[in-house]
Amino acid sequence: MNNPDRSWADLAKDSPPENLFEKRKQVHPQRIDGNFRRFKWLVMLVTLAIYYITPWLRWDRGPYAPDQAVLVDLANRRFYMFGIEIWPHEFYFVAGLLIMAGIGLFLVTSAVGRAWCGYACPQTVWTNLFQHVDRFVDGDRNARMRLDKAPWGAGKVARRSFKWAIYLFISFWTGGAWVMYFADAPTLTVDFWTGNAALVAYITVAILTLTTFILGGFMREQVCIYMCPWPRIQSAMLDEKSLLVTYKDWRGEPRGSVKKAAKASDEFGDCIDCNQCVAVCPTGIDIREGPQIGCITCGLCIDACDRVMNEVGRPRGLIDYATLEDCEREAAGEEPRPVWKTMLRPRTLIYSAIWGGIGLALLFALGTRAHTELSAAADRNPPFMLMSDGSVRNAFTLKIRNMESRPRSFTIAIDGLDQAVMWSGTVPRDEAARMLEVAVAADQTQAIRAYIAAPAGSAAQDFAFTVTSADEQAETDRSEVRFVVPGEAE
Amino acid sequence: MANKPSAPSQAPVQKIDEATGTKTVGHEWDGIEELDTPMPRWWLWTFYLCILFSAVYVVLYPAWPLVEKGTEGVLGWSSRGQLAEEISVADQARTTVNEQLARIPIERLPEDGTLMQQAVAGGRAAFLVNCVQCHGSGAAGSMASSSLAKGYPNLNDDDWLWGGDLKAIEYTLTHGIRQQGDDMTRFSQMPPFNGVFDDAQIEGLVDHVLALTGQAKPSAVGAQLYTDNCAQCHGEAGLGNRVQGAPNLADAIWLYGGTRAEVKRQILAPRNGMMPKWNGRLDPVTIKMLAAYVHSLGGGEDFVEVAKNVAVEVDEQP
Repeated sequence: MNNPDRSWADLAKDSPPENLFEKRKQVHPQRIDGNFRRFKWLVMLVTLAIYYITPWLRWDRGPYAPDQAVLVDLANRRFYMFGIEIWPHEFYFVAGLLIMAGIGLFLVTSAVGRAWCGYACPQTVWTNLFQHVDRFVDGDRNARMRLDKAPWGAGKVARRSFKWAIYLFISFWTGGAWVMYFADAPTLTVDFWTGNAALVAYITVAILTLTTFILGGFMREQVCIYMCPWPRIQSAMLDEKSLLVTYKDWRGEPRGSVKKAAKASDEFGDCIDCNQCVAVCPTGIDIREGPQIGCITCGLCIDACDRVMNEVGRPRGLIDYATLEDCEREAAGEEPRPVWKTMLRPRTLIYSAIWGGIGLALLFALGTRAHTELSAAADRNPPFMLMSDGSVRNAFTLKIRNMESRPRSFTIAIDGLDQAVMWSGTVPRDEAARMLEVAVAADQTQAIRAYIAAPAGSAAQDFAFTVTSADEQAETDRSEVRFVVPGEAE
Repeated sequence: MANKPSAPSQAPVQKIDEATGTKTVGHEWDGIEELDTPMPRWWLWTFYLCILFSAVYVVLYPAWPLVEKGTEGVLGWSSRGQLAEEISVADQARTTVNEQLARIPIERLPEDGTLMQQAVAGGRAAFLVNCVQCHGSGAAGSMASSSLAKGYPNLNDDDWLWGGDLKAIEYTLTHGIRQQGDDMTRFSQMPPFNGVFDDAQIEGLVDHVLALTGQAKPSAVGAQLYTDNCAQCHGEAGLGNRVQGAPNLADAIWLYGGTRAEVKRQILAPRNGMMPKWNGRLDPVTIKMLAAYVHSLGGGEDFVEVAKNVAVEVDEQP
């Protein structure tokens, strides 16, 4: 079916270039009240409160550790979260939490659709906040649309400047709260305002202020539609049993105003085409076109529609959370399945089991981890040393990890290698013994060089270093190494 | 373009997609069609912004390669310049440590744990540049490899020819061993005995030396020869003498090998190892750091007052 007479060049002539790009249609969501709006307020308040207040919570860890409840101490490579302290080598806890967050997102999406997008995503929360600022400064939907169209005069400049100043203020506090997670919040606050904070703190605040200002103040739903990968991934997570915000077209269509319906009630569906569901939508979509990428399933159109249905005396739920399967049943005149049956299906149960399993494994690992660790590494250059009395010396670097927030003393001992003795950089050779005492500062790793000497004629053999904390916990750890002698190591 | 673009295999036919009302691009791949959704305009602005950014960048920073060298940019920044700046900052940070090290007498260095650590770290770096050629990267000398010629001392063990405390090591580093042109160098010379004794006498002497470590039966002839010829430097019991750098013959460590043949060879035609002086090639602080590093290798001795006159008279025996 080749047609050599028609080419891409012809095609370009057909489609005018102004179609390549499209101006963003400004969204002016109308104020609405209802169950989902109230739930959204609640989630917004709770998440914002968590975000802003958490760095200021204190948690007593004694004199040797910071007293900030949640602290990511990058400089000292420690992560504190209430009673839990994570060292860099335990980063798998964080990896585990991230996996749980991922599985949790799958679980939530397969059960109740894009609930994360609709209520808890920071982009949604801050957009919500900024839209409320719009409403506070410029009035509701119609006033804002009028102002948008109005020519730029002194009044509009003043209003816009005032609004953007509030945007900037919120953005600044957003960026400012973020850095508090990485240093002692009260100290950093004082340092920040006296100009003594680290440069990276100012740069981070500046970048986050800018991104919040742009993403929350101006980009808004564009972030969800064009930037975020999640709306694309979600189409793979949803199935016909996922709860979605749905317009029940078999009930609503054909649309007709109350007046028309009064004349010919059997010709029209329940939808009175009042456009309220479009007016309140924070992403500016028309839910009646069906599930789409712009729908963050926040439920505000449900609130709007239910209110209208109440007023015109028709049953609520023309727009409602429903599964595809239920829609088919309902359209066929059957009863929808109970919500709990929809929620408890193999898919969600498997996600829950994986999620819970990882969580339990992490908790178990957290509860049983030791706070004392020893690792021994043999010197390899030279691997052994002939001493003047004929004995053979091996040198080892021992790292003793004290993961308690207090200084502790440890006993290092040789297990095996019966005639050997040990000394170190601080314990001279004439005081060599089978044991060494090492003091390790609170929450630190101490490296010492230990020398092991075995009498002339000793054979190469495996042995181990053991470490025991000299406190009532008496935590122990051991590290297997090999003692090498001349002739064997060649 | 003069040439007409090659026609696609199938003529593109643009359709209006039913579900969305959007035009398709007009191509079909196994029944799959792409919507011709317009891009958001701000995307275009982002693109223009990137162009603007690159224009500013080209003016400010090195950008265009020219024949001799590239454009330099009005900021005058270069990665080399940045490196030089960072090095000078690091140098300044080291100045304090260097000044402290210059001031402190080496025997008092262990009292300052932090300074000692810094000295050892600096010494390790200097060792890897200046010393590994003879002593090996692990400072194990001839022991490091069987391919290395014997005679390079192992600095990890507890056997020292000229003393193993910080001050003695620093002195050895500064003036070297048998370094020509340095009056204060450590000097001694073992005379060759080739042709001085007959074979039986030599065998007896070797017996006696090896007997000190229980490796041979004692020899009366050897013992007498030893007392007459060797004890002056090596001591009656063979324990050596650090003042003259005379090795301890009664320990397990043999600089030139401890087999019968090697001991015999050393008596007949002794090798006298040489170490260059580092005074003048390395600054005193680096020498101090090197001494601290060598001392830290596991055989370092505590400081004890050594004889003031370290350089000894040359043994003039033929």
